[in-house]
Amino acid sequence: MAQLHIQSDHQNKREGTPVKPVKASSKKKWITPQNAPYLFILPAVLFYILFTLYPVISSFIMSFKTNTDGEYVFAGLANYTRLIHDPLFYKALGNTFLILIVQVPVQLFLAVLIAVALNSQLVKFKSFFRVAYFMPAITALVASSIIFMIMLDENYGLVNYLLGLVGIEKIAWLNDPFWAKVSLMMAITWRWTGYNMVIFLAGLQNIPSSLYEAASMDGASKVKQFFYITLPQLKPIFLFTFVLSTIGTLQLFDEAFILTKGGPNNSTLTITLYLYQNGFRYFDFGYASAIAYALVAIIVVLSWIQMKVAGDRK
Amino acid sequence: MNKQTGLQKVLMYTLLLFGVILSVGPFYWMFVSATHSSGEIFKVPPNFLPGDKLLENFRNLNESIDIASVMTNSLIITLTFTFFGVLMCTMAGYAFAKFHFKGKDAIFFMLLIAIMIPYQVTLIPLFEVFAKLNWLNTYQSVVLPQLAFPFAIFLMRQNMAALPDSLLEAARVDGAGEFKIFFTVVLPTMRPALAAVAIFLFMFQWNNFIWPLVVLNTQDMYTMPVALSSLIGMSRIDYGQVMLGTTISTLPIMIFFLLLQKQFISGILGGSVKE
Repeated sequence: MAQLHIQSDHQNKREGTPVKPVKASSKKKWITPQNAPYLFILPAVLFYILFTLYPVISSFIMSFKTNTDGEYVFAGLANYTRLIHDPLFYKALGNTFLILIVQVPVQLFLAVLIAVALNSQLVKFKSFFRVAYFMPAITALVASSIIFMIMLDENYGLVNYLLGLVGIEKIAWLNDPFWAKVSLMMAITWRWTGYNMVIFLAGLQNIPSSLYEAASMDGASKVKQFFYITLPQLKPIFLFTFVLSTIGTLQLFDEAFILTKGGPNNSTLTITLYLYQNGFRYFDFGYASAIAYALVAIIVVLSWIQMKVAGDRK
Repeated sequence: MNKQTGLQKVLMYTLLLFGVILSVGPFYWMFVSATHSSGEIFKVPPNFLPGDKLLENFRNLNESIDIASVMTNSLIITLTFTFFGVLMCTMAGYAFAKFHFKGKDAIFFMLLIAIMIPYQVTLIPLFEVFAKLNWLNTYQSVVLPQLAFPFAIFLMRQNMAALPDSLLEAARVDGAGEFKIFFTVVLPTMRPALAAVAIFLFMFQWNNFIWPLVVLNTQDMYTMPVALSSLIGMSRIDYGQVMLGTTISTLPIMIFFLLLQKQFISGILGGSVKE
Protein backbone atom coordinates (compact mmCIF):
# COMPACT_ATOMS: atom_id res chain seq x y z
CA MET A 1 0.00 0.00 0.00
CA ALA A 2 2.70 2.42 1.07
CA GLN A 3 4.80 1.44 -1.88
CA LEU A 4 2.00 2.19 -4.29
CA HIS A 5 1.57 5.57 -2.72
CA ILE A 6 5.19 6.49 -3.18
CA GLN A 7 5.05 5.44 -6.78
CA SER A 8 2.04 7.50 -7.65
CA ASP A 9 3.69 10.41 -5.92
CA HIS A 10 6.67 9.89 -8.12
CA GLN A 11 4.59 10.12 -11.21
CA ASN A 12 3.01 13.37 -10.10
CA LYS A 13 6.43 14.91 -9.75
CA ARG A 14 7.34 13.70 -13.18
CA GLU A 15 4.33 15.33 -14.65
CA GLY A 16 4.88 18.58 -12.84
CA THR A 17 8.53 19.21 -13.41
CA PRO A 18 10.63 19.11 -16.53
CA VAL A 19 13.44 17.35 -14.70
CA LYS A 20 13.25 13.65 -15.43
CA PRO A 21 14.37 11.22 -12.73
CA VAL A 22 16.59 9.39 -15.16
CA LYS A 23 18.64 11.25 -17.72
CA ALA A 24 19.34 8.15 -19.76
CA SER A 25 18.42 9.83 -22.99
CA SER A 26 18.89 13.50 -23.64
CA LYS A 27 16.15 13.34 -26.30
CA LYS A 28 12.94 14.99 -25.34
CA LYS A 29 10.20 12.38 -25.11
CA TRP A 30 7.42 13.03 -27.57
CA ILE A 31 5.34 10.23 -26.19
CA THR A 32 4.28 10.87 -22.62
CA PRO A 33 1.96 8.96 -20.30
CA GLN A 34 -0.57 11.69 -21.08
CA ASN A 35 -0.73 11.31 -24.84
CA ALA A 36 0.25 7.63 -25.01
CA PRO A 37 -3.29 6.26 -24.47
CA TYR A 38 -4.53 8.20 -27.49
CA LEU A 39 -1.78 6.72 -29.61
CA PHE A 40 -2.60 3.24 -28.30
CA ILE A 41 -6.28 3.48 -29.18
CA LEU A 42 -5.71 5.38 -32.43
CA PRO A 43 -5.43 2.38 -34.81
CA ALA A 44 -8.44 0.62 -33.34
CA VAL A 45 -10.57 3.76 -33.29
CA LEU A 46 -9.55 4.69 -36.83
CA PHE A 47 -10.42 1.24 -38.17
CA TYR A 48 -13.60 1.22 -36.15
CA ILE A 49 -14.73 4.52 -37.65
CA LEU A 50 -13.82 3.49 -41.19
CA PHE A 51 -15.14 -0.06 -41.22
CA THR A 52 -17.89 -0.14 -38.62
CA LEU A 53 -19.21 3.29 -37.70
CA TYR A 54 -19.23 4.69 -41.22
CA PRO A 55 -20.92 1.60 -42.73
CA VAL A 56 -23.50 1.48 -39.93
CA ILE A 57 -24.49 5.11 -40.56
CA SER A 58 -24.22 4.83 -44.32
CA SER A 59 -26.41 1.74 -44.30
CA PHE A 60 -29.02 3.62 -42.28
CA ILE A 61 -29.08 6.41 -44.87
CA MET A 62 -29.11 3.88 -47.69
CA SER A 63 -32.22 2.28 -46.20
CA PHE A 64 -34.13 5.45 -47.19
CA LYS A 65 -32.95 5.37 -50.79
CA THR A 66 -34.09 3.42 -53.80
CA ASN A 67 -32.38 2.70 -57.06
CA THR A 68 -33.87 4.87 -59.78
CA ASP A 69 -32.25 4.56 -63.20
CA GLY A 70 -28.98 3.35 -61.75
CA GLU A 71 -28.74 5.99 -59.04
CA TYR A 72 -29.74 5.84 -55.43
CA VAL A 73 -32.11 8.67 -54.56
CA PHE A 74 -34.00 9.47 -51.39
CA ALA A 75 -37.38 7.83 -51.29
CA GLY A 76 -38.45 8.45 -47.73
CA LEU A 77 -39.88 5.37 -46.09
CA ALA A 78 -40.45 3.51 -49.36
CA ASN A 79 -38.19 0.59 -48.42
CA TYR A 80 -39.77 0.24 -45.01
CA THR A 81 -43.28 0.40 -46.42
CA ARG A 82 -42.32 -2.28 -48.88
CA LEU A 83 -40.86 -4.30 -46.02
CA ILE A 84 -44.04 -4.34 -43.96
CA HIS A 85 -46.01 -5.48 -46.99
CA ASP A 86 -43.52 -8.10 -48.09
CA PRO A 87 -44.78 -11.65 -47.47
CA LEU A 88 -41.28 -13.08 -48.01
CA PHE A 89 -39.89 -10.87 -45.28
CA TYR A 90 -42.57 -12.16 -42.90
CA LYS A 91 -41.74 -15.68 -43.97
CA ALA A 92 -38.04 -15.09 -43.21
CA LEU A 93 -38.98 -13.48 -39.90
CA GLY A 94 -41.29 -16.36 -39.00
CA ASN A 95 -38.73 -19.02 -39.90
CA THR A 96 -36.01 -17.29 -37.94
CA PHE A 97 -38.21 -16.89 -34.87
CA LEU A 98 -39.45 -20.46 -35.05
CA ILE A 99 -35.87 -21.69 -35.06
CA LEU A 100 -35.10 -19.31 -32.20
CA ILE A 101 -38.03 -20.42 -30.06
CA VAL A 102 -37.52 -24.15 -30.60
CA GLN A 103 -33.80 -24.55 -31.07
CA VAL A 104 -32.32 -22.22 -28.45
CA PRO A 105 -34.17 -23.76 -25.44
CA VAL A 106 -33.49 -27.31 -26.64
CA GLN A 107 -29.82 -26.57 -27.11
CA LEU A 108 -29.42 -24.84 -23.75
CA PHE A 109 -31.33 -27.62 -22.00
CA LEU A 110 -29.05 -30.26 -23.51
CA ALA A 111 -26.01 -28.17 -22.66
CA VAL A 112 -27.03 -27.88 -18.99
CA LEU A 113 -27.85 -31.57 -18.81
CA ILE A 114 -24.46 -32.63 -20.13
CA ALA A 115 -22.68 -30.06 -17.97
CA VAL A 116 -24.42 -31.31 -14.82
CA ALA A 117 -23.58 -34.91 -15.72
CA LEU A 118 -19.93 -34.06 -16.32
CA ASN A 119 -19.80 -32.10 -13.09
CA SER A 120 -21.12 -35.05 -11.11
CA GLN A 121 -18.71 -36.98 -8.93
CA LEU A 122 -19.91 -40.20 -10.51
CA VAL A 123 -18.30 -39.41 -13.84
CA LYS A 124 -14.61 -39.85 -14.58
CA PHE A 125 -12.71 -39.01 -17.77
CA LYS A 126 -14.16 -35.50 -17.59
CA SER A 127 -11.57 -33.95 -19.89
CA PHE A 128 -12.16 -36.62 -22.52
CA PHE A 129 -15.90 -35.91 -22.51
CA ARG A 130 -15.33 -32.20 -22.51
CA VAL A 131 -13.09 -32.35 -25.57
CA ALA A 132 -15.44 -34.73 -27.38
CA TYR A 133 -18.48 -32.54 -26.78
CA PHE A 134 -16.65 -29.33 -27.60
CA MET A 135 -15.21 -30.64 -30.87
CA PRO A 136 -18.07 -29.50 -33.15
CA ALA A 137 -17.49 -25.90 -32.01
CA ILE A 138 -14.18 -25.76 -33.89
CA THR A 139 -15.65 -26.53 -37.30
CA ALA A 140 -16.50 -23.93 -39.87
CA LEU A 141 -20.26 -23.52 -40.18
CA VAL A 142 -19.80 -24.16 -43.88
CA ALA A 143 -18.07 -27.47 -43.10
CA SER A 144 -20.65 -28.62 -40.56
CA SER A 145 -23.45 -27.74 -42.98
CA ILE A 146 -21.82 -29.81 -45.72
CA ILE A 147 -21.39 -32.80 -43.41
CA PHE A 148 -25.06 -32.63 -42.48
CA MET A 149 -25.98 -32.29 -46.12
CA ILE A 150 -24.59 -35.72 -47.00
CA MET A 151 -25.78 -37.38 -43.81
CA LEU A 152 -29.34 -36.16 -44.36
CA ASP A 153 -29.71 -37.23 -47.98
CA GLU A 154 -33.19 -38.66 -48.33
CA ASN A 155 -32.43 -41.85 -50.24
CA TYR A 156 -28.83 -42.64 -49.48
CA GLY A 157 -27.95 -40.67 -46.34
CA LEU A 158 -26.56 -42.19 -43.19
CA VAL A 159 -29.31 -40.83 -40.93
CA ASN A 160 -32.16 -42.38 -42.87
CA TYR A 161 -30.24 -45.64 -43.09
CA LEU A 162 -29.78 -45.77 -39.30
CA LEU A 163 -33.41 -44.81 -38.74
CA GLY A 164 -34.37 -47.57 -41.16
CA LEU A 165 -32.60 -50.08 -38.93
CA VAL A 166 -35.05 -49.29 -36.13
CA GLY A 167 -37.98 -49.36 -38.52
CA ILE A 168 -38.49 -45.66 -39.15
CA GLU A 169 -39.45 -44.78 -42.69
CA LYS A 170 -37.34 -42.47 -44.84
CA ILE A 171 -37.65 -38.81 -43.96
CA ALA A 172 -37.33 -36.16 -46.67
CA TRP A 173 -34.99 -34.13 -44.48
CA LEU A 174 -33.96 -31.42 -46.92
CA ASN A 175 -36.88 -31.57 -49.32
CA ASP A 176 -39.82 -31.11 -47.01
CA PRO A 177 -40.65 -27.66 -45.57
CA PHE A 178 -41.11 -29.01 -42.05
CA TRP A 179 -38.14 -31.38 -41.99
CA ALA A 180 -35.86 -28.83 -43.63
CA LYS A 181 -36.35 -26.62 -40.58
CA VAL A 182 -35.70 -29.59 -38.32
CA SER A 183 -32.51 -30.35 -40.28
CA LEU A 184 -31.31 -26.80 -39.83
CA MET A 185 -32.02 -26.98 -36.11
CA MET A 186 -30.16 -30.27 -35.81
CA ALA A 187 -27.10 -28.85 -37.55
CA ILE A 188 -27.11 -25.80 -35.29
CA THR A 189 -27.64 -27.89 -32.17
CA TRP A 190 -24.77 -30.15 -33.13
CA ARG A 191 -22.47 -27.18 -33.70
CA TRP A 192 -23.26 -25.20 -30.53
CA THR A 193 -24.37 -27.52 -27.71
CA GLY A 194 -20.83 -28.38 -26.61
CA TYR A 195 -19.85 -24.73 -26.78
CA ASN A 196 -22.62 -23.77 -24.37
CA MET A 197 -22.00 -26.86 -22.27
CA VAL A 198 -18.44 -25.72 -21.51
CA ILE A 199 -19.75 -22.33 -20.39
CA PHE A 200 -22.27 -24.02 -18.08
CA LEU A 201 -19.62 -26.40 -16.78
CA ALA A 202 -17.40 -23.49 -15.77
CA GLY A 203 -20.42 -21.92 -14.07
CA LEU A 204 -21.19 -25.11 -12.18
CA GLN A 205 -17.63 -25.36 -10.96
CA ASN A 206 -17.96 -21.88 -9.49
CA ILE A 207 -20.91 -22.79 -7.29
CA PRO A 208 -19.56 -23.10 -3.74
CA SER A 209 -19.77 -26.71 -2.54
CA SER A 210 -20.78 -25.46 0.91
CA LEU A 211 -24.25 -24.72 -0.51
CA TYR A 212 -24.75 -28.37 -1.42
CA GLU A 213 -23.29 -29.58 1.86
CA ALA A 214 -25.70 -27.45 3.84
CA ALA A 215 -28.64 -28.64 1.73
CA SER A 216 -27.62 -32.27 2.17
CA MET A 217 -27.51 -31.80 5.91
CA ASP A 218 -31.01 -30.38 5.79
CA GLY A 219 -32.03 -33.54 3.95
CA ALA A 220 -32.72 -32.00 0.55
CA SER A 221 -32.73 -34.56 -2.27
CA LYS A 222 -30.44 -34.30 -5.28
CA VAL A 223 -33.35 -33.29 -7.47
CA LYS A 224 -34.35 -30.57 -5.04
CA GLN A 225 -30.77 -29.38 -4.84
CA PHE A 226 -30.70 -29.14 -8.63
CA PHE A 227 -33.82 -26.96 -8.74
CA TYR A 228 -33.12 -24.85 -5.65
CA ILE A 229 -29.35 -24.43 -5.82
CA THR A 230 -27.92 -25.33 -9.21
CA LEU A 231 -30.43 -23.60 -11.47
CA PRO A 232 -30.65 -20.31 -9.52
CA GLN A 233 -26.86 -20.16 -9.25
CA LEU A 234 -26.56 -20.63 -12.99
CA LYS A 235 -28.91 -17.75 -13.75
CA PRO A 236 -26.29 -15.28 -14.98
CA ILE A 237 -24.83 -17.98 -17.24
CA PHE A 238 -28.28 -18.74 -18.61
CA LEU A 239 -28.73 -15.08 -19.42
CA PHE A 240 -25.31 -14.90 -21.07
CA THR A 241 -25.79 -17.99 -23.24
CA PHE A 242 -29.38 -17.07 -24.03
CA VAL A 243 -28.49 -13.59 -25.26
CA LEU A 244 -25.55 -14.99 -27.24
CA SER A 245 -27.63 -17.77 -28.83
CA THR A 246 -30.46 -15.37 -29.60
CA ILE A 247 -28.19 -12.92 -31.41
CA GLY A 248 -26.49 -15.82 -33.21
CA THR A 249 -29.78 -17.34 -34.36
CA LEU A 250 -31.16 -14.01 -35.54
CA GLN A 251 -28.09 -13.68 -37.73
CA LEU A 252 -28.36 -17.25 -39.03
CA PHE A 253 -26.85 -17.42 -42.50
CA ASP A 254 -24.14 -19.99 -43.26
CA GLU A 255 -26.20 -23.08 -42.44
CA ALA A 256 -29.28 -21.90 -44.28
CA PHE A 257 -27.17 -20.86 -47.27
CA ILE A 258 -25.34 -24.19 -47.60
CA LEU A 259 -27.56 -26.86 -46.08
CA THR A 260 -31.02 -25.94 -47.30
CA LYS A 261 -30.34 -22.92 -49.55
CA GLY A 262 -33.38 -21.31 -47.97
CA GLY A 263 -35.67 -23.95 -49.43
CA PRO A 264 -37.72 -25.86 -50.14
CA ASN A 265 -40.14 -23.15 -51.10
CA ASN A 266 -38.47 -20.59 -48.78
CA SER A 267 -39.27 -22.70 -45.73
CA THR A 268 -35.77 -22.08 -44.35
CA LEU A 269 -35.31 -18.53 -45.63
CA THR A 270 -33.76 -16.54 -42.76
CA ILE A 271 -33.59 -12.78 -42.29
CA THR A 272 -29.90 -12.62 -43.13
CA LEU A 273 -30.29 -14.90 -46.13
CA TYR A 274 -33.06 -12.64 -47.43
CA LEU A 275 -30.81 -9.63 -46.83
CA TYR A 276 -28.01 -11.32 -48.79
CA GLN A 277 -30.32 -12.23 -51.67
CA ASN A 278 -31.63 -8.69 -51.98
CA GLY A 279 -28.20 -7.11 -51.63
CA PHE A 280 -25.98 -9.37 -53.66
CA ARG A 281 -28.26 -11.27 -55.98
CA TYR A 282 -30.73 -8.53 -56.93
CA PHE A 283 -28.32 -5.71 -56.00
CA ASP A 284 -31.09 -3.77 -54.31
CA PHE A 285 -28.88 -2.12 -51.70
CA GLY A 286 -31.61 0.18 -50.36
CA TYR A 287 -34.02 -2.61 -49.60
CA ALA A 288 -31.28 -4.84 -48.19
CA SER A 289 -30.27 -2.01 -45.86
CA ALA A 290 -33.83 -1.67 -44.63
CA ILE A 291 -33.84 -5.40 -43.86
CA ALA A 292 -30.56 -4.96 -41.99
CA TYR A 293 -32.06 -2.21 -39.87
CA ALA A 294 -35.15 -4.26 -39.15
CA LEU A 295 -32.74 -6.88 -37.82
CA VAL A 296 -30.95 -4.29 -35.68
CA ALA A 297 -34.26 -3.18 -34.21
CA ILE A 298 -35.24 -6.77 -33.41
CA ILE A 299 -31.93 -7.57 -31.76
CA VAL A 300 -31.96 -4.40 -29.66
CA VAL A 301 -35.55 -4.97 -28.50
CA LEU A 302 -35.01 -8.67 -27.72
CA SER A 303 -31.75 -8.08 -25.85
CA TRP A 304 -33.42 -5.33 -23.88
CA ILE A 305 -36.35 -7.59 -22.96
CA GLN A 306 -34.02 -10.39 -21.93
CA MET A 307 -31.97 -8.11 -19.70
CA LYS A 308 -35.13 -6.63 -18.26
CA VAL A 309 -36.68 -10.00 -17.50
CA ALA A 310 -33.48 -11.18 -15.91
CA GLY A 311 -33.15 -7.99 -13.90
CA ASP A 312 -36.73 -7.97 -12.62
CA ARG A 313 -36.58 -11.54 -11.41
CA LYS A 314 -33.81 -10.71 -8.97
CA MET B 1 -27.36 -48.00 -1.95
CA ASN B 2 -24.17 -49.19 -3.59
CA LYS B 3 -26.06 -51.09 -6.22
CA GLN B 4 -28.12 -48.04 -6.98
CA THR B 5 -25.08 -45.80 -7.60
CA GLY B 6 -23.63 -48.56 -9.75
CA LEU B 7 -26.75 -48.57 -11.88
CA GLN B 8 -26.74 -44.79 -12.03
CA LYS B 9 -23.15 -44.87 -13.22
CA VAL B 10 -23.89 -47.33 -15.99
CA LEU B 11 -26.87 -45.30 -17.13
CA MET B 12 -24.91 -42.05 -17.04
CA TYR B 13 -21.94 -43.41 -18.98
CA THR B 14 -24.23 -44.97 -21.57
CA LEU B 15 -26.01 -41.68 -22.15
CA LEU B 16 -22.78 -39.71 -22.18
CA LEU B 17 -21.15 -42.10 -24.64
CA PHE B 18 -24.22 -41.94 -26.85
CA GLY B 19 -23.81 -38.16 -26.80
CA VAL B 20 -20.14 -38.50 -27.68
CA ILE B 21 -21.08 -40.63 -30.70
CA LEU B 22 -23.54 -37.96 -31.84
CA SER B 23 -20.94 -35.27 -31.27
CA VAL B 24 -17.89 -36.94 -32.84
CA GLY B 25 -19.65 -39.29 -35.27
CA PRO B 26 -20.11 -36.68 -38.01
CA PHE B 27 -16.34 -36.08 -37.97
CA TYR B 28 -15.73 -39.77 -38.48
CA TRP B 29 -18.24 -39.76 -41.31
CA MET B 30 -16.43 -36.80 -42.86
CA PHE B 31 -13.07 -38.63 -42.77
CA VAL B 32 -14.52 -41.86 -44.12
CA SER B 33 -16.41 -40.11 -46.90
CA ALA B 34 -13.24 -38.31 -47.95
CA THR B 35 -11.81 -41.69 -48.92
CA HIS B 36 -14.78 -42.84 -50.99
CA SER B 37 -16.12 -41.92 -54.38
CA SER B 38 -19.42 -40.08 -54.55
CA GLY B 39 -21.20 -43.32 -55.44
CA GLU B 40 -19.70 -45.21 -52.52
CA ILE B 41 -20.65 -42.53 -50.01
CA PHE B 42 -24.29 -43.02 -50.90
CA LYS B 43 -24.23 -46.79 -50.97
CA VAL B 44 -26.89 -48.69 -49.03
CA PRO B 45 -25.90 -50.20 -46.67
CA PRO B 46 -23.23 -47.57 -46.10
CA ASN B 47 -19.47 -48.16 -45.90
CA PHE B 48 -18.35 -47.53 -42.36
CA LEU B 49 -14.70 -48.21 -43.13
CA PRO B 50 -12.31 -46.00 -45.09
CA GLY B 51 -12.08 -46.67 -48.81
CA ASP B 52 -9.26 -46.26 -51.31
CA LYS B 53 -10.31 -43.17 -53.26
CA LEU B 54 -8.39 -40.63 -51.19
CA LEU B 55 -5.82 -39.89 -53.88
CA GLU B 56 -8.43 -39.78 -56.62
CA ASN B 57 -10.55 -37.37 -54.57
CA PHE B 58 -7.47 -35.27 -53.96
CA ARG B 59 -6.69 -35.09 -57.65
CA ASN B 60 -10.27 -34.16 -58.52
CA LEU B 61 -10.50 -31.61 -55.73
CA ASN B 62 -7.22 -30.07 -56.79
CA GLU B 63 -8.55 -29.76 -60.32
CA SER B 64 -11.73 -28.04 -59.12
CA ILE B 65 -10.33 -25.61 -56.58
CA ASP B 66 -6.49 -25.64 -56.64
CA ILE B 67 -6.00 -26.66 -53.01
CA ALA B 68 -2.58 -25.04 -52.59
CA SER B 69 -3.80 -21.63 -53.67
CA VAL B 70 -6.98 -21.82 -51.56
CA MET B 71 -4.98 -22.85 -48.49
CA THR B 72 -2.44 -20.09 -49.15
CA ASN B 73 -5.23 -17.51 -49.42
CA SER B 74 -6.85 -18.73 -46.22
CA LEU B 75 -3.54 -18.77 -44.35
CA ILE B 76 -2.33 -15.36 -45.54
CA ILE B 77 -5.67 -13.74 -44.77
CA THR B 78 -6.12 -15.44 -41.41
CA LEU B 79 -2.56 -14.94 -40.16
CA THR B 80 -2.26 -11.26 -41.12
CA PHE B 81 -5.70 -10.65 -39.67
CA THR B 82 -4.79 -12.40 -36.42
CA PHE B 83 -1.44 -10.63 -36.08
CA PHE B 84 -2.69 -7.09 -36.65
CA GLY B 85 -5.98 -7.76 -34.89
CA VAL B 86 -4.25 -8.93 -31.73
CA LEU B 87 -1.82 -6.01 -31.82
CA MET B 88 -4.52 -3.41 -32.39
CA CYS B 89 -6.98 -4.81 -29.87
CA THR B 90 -4.29 -5.33 -27.23
CA MET B 91 -3.02 -1.78 -27.58
CA ALA B 92 -6.54 -0.44 -27.25
CA GLY B 93 -7.40 -2.76 -24.37
CA TYR B 94 -4.22 -1.68 -22.57
CA ALA B 95 -5.05 2.00 -22.94
CA PHE B 96 -8.60 1.47 -21.66
CA ALA B 97 -7.41 -0.56 -18.68
CA LYS B 98 -4.32 1.28 -17.58
CA PHE B 99 -4.66 4.96 -18.47
CA HIS B 100 -6.97 7.79 -17.56
CA PHE B 101 -7.76 10.09 -20.41
CA LYS B 102 -10.43 12.43 -21.60
CA GLY B 103 -13.27 10.75 -23.46
CA LYS B 104 -12.19 7.28 -22.36
CA ASP B 105 -15.62 6.09 -21.24
CA ALA B 106 -17.41 7.56 -24.24
CA ILE B 107 -15.01 5.99 -26.72
CA PHE B 108 -15.15 2.64 -24.96
CA PHE B 109 -18.93 2.70 -24.95
CA MET B 110 -18.96 3.54 -28.65
CA LEU B 111 -16.79 0.50 -29.38
CA LEU B 112 -18.85 -1.79 -27.18
CA ILE B 113 -22.19 -0.90 -28.68
CA ALA B 114 -20.94 -2.46 -31.93
CA ILE B 115 -21.18 -5.90 -30.33
CA MET B 116 -24.95 -5.49 -30.44
CA ILE B 117 -25.04 -4.46 -34.09
CA PRO B 118 -25.25 -7.38 -36.49
CA TYR B 119 -22.25 -7.58 -38.74
CA GLN B 120 -24.55 -7.90 -41.76
CA VAL B 121 -25.56 -4.25 -41.46
CA THR B 122 -22.11 -3.22 -42.62
CA LEU B 123 -22.00 -5.55 -45.65
CA ILE B 124 -23.45 -3.23 -48.25
CA PRO B 125 -21.59 0.01 -47.41
CA LEU B 126 -18.36 -1.95 -47.00
CA PHE B 127 -18.88 -3.53 -50.39
CA GLU B 128 -19.35 -0.06 -51.88
CA VAL B 129 -16.25 1.30 -50.13
CA PHE B 130 -14.05 -1.52 -51.40
CA ALA B 131 -15.58 -1.22 -54.86
CA LYS B 132 -14.70 2.49 -54.93
CA LEU B 133 -11.14 1.77 -53.78
CA ASN B 134 -10.95 -0.88 -56.50
CA TRP B 135 -10.08 -3.37 -53.79
CA LEU B 136 -12.77 -5.97 -54.36
CA ASN B 137 -11.35 -9.47 -54.65
CA THR B 138 -8.16 -8.63 -52.73
CA TYR B 139 -6.66 -9.90 -49.49
CA GLN B 140 -7.03 -6.53 -47.80
CA SER B 141 -10.76 -6.46 -48.50
CA VAL B 142 -11.14 -9.51 -46.24
CA VAL B 143 -8.49 -8.60 -43.67
CA LEU B 144 -9.23 -4.94 -42.97
CA PRO B 145 -12.91 -4.59 -42.00
CA GLN B 146 -12.93 -6.41 -38.67
CA LEU B 147 -9.42 -5.77 -37.38
CA ALA B 148 -10.72 -3.53 -34.61
CA PHE B 149 -12.76 -6.34 -33.10
CA PRO B 150 -14.80 -4.83 -30.24
CA PHE B 151 -15.15 -8.10 -28.35
CA ALA B 152 -11.38 -8.64 -28.45
CA ILE B 153 -10.76 -5.10 -27.18
CA PHE B 154 -13.22 -5.73 -24.38
CA LEU B 155 -11.50 -8.99 -23.44
CA MET B 156 -8.05 -7.45 -23.46
CA ARG B 157 -9.24 -4.65 -21.23
CA GLN B 158 -10.67 -7.17 -18.76
CA ASN B 159 -7.44 -9.17 -18.78
CA MET B 160 -5.24 -6.09 -18.45
CA ALA B 161 -6.93 -5.22 -15.17
CA ALA B 162 -4.84 -7.96 -13.55
CA LEU B 163 -1.59 -6.37 -14.74
CA PRO B 164 0.11 -4.77 -11.71
CA ASP B 165 0.55 -0.99 -12.01
CA SER B 166 3.81 -1.22 -10.08
CA LEU B 167 5.36 -3.07 -13.01
CA LEU B 168 4.55 -0.21 -15.36
CA GLU B 169 5.65 2.44 -12.91
CA ALA B 170 8.97 0.69 -12.33
CA ALA B 171 9.62 0.69 -16.07
CA ARG B 172 8.70 4.38 -16.30
CA VAL B 173 11.08 5.21 -13.48
CA ASP B 174 13.79 3.40 -15.42
CA GLY B 175 13.13 5.83 -18.22
CA ALA B 176 11.49 3.46 -20.65
CA GLY B 177 9.20 5.04 -23.25
CA GLU B 178 5.52 4.16 -23.36
CA PHE B 179 5.79 2.00 -26.45
CA LYS B 180 8.87 0.27 -25.12
CA ILE B 181 6.93 -0.52 -21.95
CA PHE B 182 4.08 -1.90 -24.02
CA PHE B 183 6.29 -4.19 -26.08
CA THR B 184 8.80 -5.29 -23.43
CA VAL B 185 6.72 -5.31 -20.24
CA VAL B 186 3.03 -5.55 -21.10
CA LEU B 187 3.05 -8.02 -23.99
CA PRO B 188 5.32 -10.63 -22.37
CA THR B 189 3.31 -10.66 -19.13
CA MET B 190 0.00 -10.93 -20.97
CA ARG B 191 0.96 -14.01 -23.00
CA PRO B 192 -1.95 -16.29 -21.93
CA ALA B 193 -4.52 -13.59 -22.71
CA LEU B 194 -2.83 -12.87 -26.03
CA ALA B 195 -3.01 -16.56 -26.92
CA ALA B 196 -6.72 -16.70 -26.11
CA VAL B 197 -7.51 -13.61 -28.18
CA ALA B 198 -5.29 -14.83 -31.02
CA ILE B 199 -7.15 -18.15 -31.15
CA PHE B 200 -10.48 -16.33 -31.04
CA LEU B 201 -9.56 -14.05 -33.95
CA PHE B 202 -7.91 -16.88 -35.89
CA MET B 203 -10.99 -19.06 -35.67
CA PHE B 204 -13.25 -16.18 -36.57
CA GLN B 205 -11.35 -15.44 -39.76
CA TRP B 206 -10.56 -19.04 -40.74
CA ASN B 207 -14.26 -19.86 -40.65
CA ASN B 208 -15.49 -16.46 -41.86
CA PHE B 209 -17.95 -16.91 -44.69
CA ILE B 210 -20.48 -14.27 -45.62
CA TRP B 211 -18.08 -11.34 -46.15
CA PRO B 212 -15.44 -13.29 -48.14
CA LEU B 213 -18.34 -14.72 -50.16
CA VAL B 214 -19.41 -11.18 -51.00
CA VAL B 215 -16.01 -9.68 -51.87
CA LEU B 216 -14.01 -12.57 -53.30
CA ASN B 217 -15.24 -13.40 -56.77
CA THR B 218 -12.55 -15.24 -58.65
CA GLN B 219 -11.48 -18.75 -57.81
CA ASP B 220 -7.80 -17.88 -57.37
CA MET B 221 -8.76 -15.61 -54.44
CA TYR B 222 -11.19 -17.96 -52.66
CA THR B 223 -10.67 -18.87 -49.02
CA MET B 224 -11.46 -22.37 -47.84
CA PRO B 225 -15.12 -21.83 -46.82
CA VAL B 226 -15.90 -19.94 -50.05
CA ALA B 227 -14.19 -22.62 -52.14
CA LEU B 228 -16.19 -25.32 -50.36
CA SER B 229 -19.43 -23.51 -50.96
CA SER B 230 -18.53 -23.15 -54.66
CA LEU B 231 -18.21 -26.94 -54.87
CA ILE B 232 -21.70 -27.31 -53.46
CA GLY B 233 -23.01 -24.83 -56.00
CA MET B 234 -21.94 -26.95 -58.97
CA SER B 235 -24.62 -28.68 -61.01
CA ARG B 236 -23.09 -32.11 -60.44
CA ILE B 237 -21.70 -32.37 -56.95
CA ASP B 238 -18.86 -34.82 -56.41
CA TYR B 239 -19.26 -35.54 -52.72
CA GLY B 240 -15.98 -37.42 -52.39
CA GLN B 241 -14.16 -34.22 -53.35
CA VAL B 242 -16.36 -32.07 -51.18
CA MET B 243 -15.81 -34.22 -48.12
CA LEU B 244 -12.07 -34.23 -48.68
CA GLY B 245 -12.16 -30.43 -48.95
CA THR B 246 -14.15 -30.24 -45.72
CA THR B 247 -11.61 -32.56 -44.09
CA ILE B 248 -8.68 -30.46 -45.28
CA SER B 249 -10.21 -27.31 -43.86
CA THR B 250 -11.11 -28.94 -40.53
CA LEU B 251 -8.18 -31.25 -39.82
CA PRO B 252 -5.45 -28.65 -39.05
CA ILE B 253 -7.75 -26.88 -36.60
CA MET B 254 -8.68 -30.18 -35.02
CA ILE B 255 -5.03 -31.11 -34.44
CA PHE B 256 -4.31 -27.73 -32.88
CA PHE B 257 -7.37 -28.14 -30.72
CA LEU B 258 -6.31 -31.56 -29.46
CA LEU B 259 -2.82 -30.25 -28.68
CA LEU B 260 -3.91 -27.06 -26.96
CA GLN B 261 -7.33 -27.95 -25.57
CA LYS B 262 -7.39 -25.51 -22.67
CA GLN B 263 -6.16 -22.50 -24.62
CA PHE B 264 -8.49 -23.37 -27.46
CA ILE B 265 -11.58 -23.66 -25.35
CA SER B 266 -10.92 -20.42 -23.51
CA GLY B 267 -9.94 -18.80 -26.81
CA ILE B 268 -13.06 -19.80 -28.70
CA LEU B 269 -15.23 -18.80 -25.79
CA GLY B 270 -13.40 -15.49 -25.97
CA GLY B 271 -11.95 -15.88 -22.50
CA SER B 272 -15.45 -15.60 -21.06
CA VAL B 273 -14.72 -18.78 -19.15
CA LYS B 274 -11.92 -18.73 -16.63
CA GLU B 275 -10.39 -21.87 -15.24
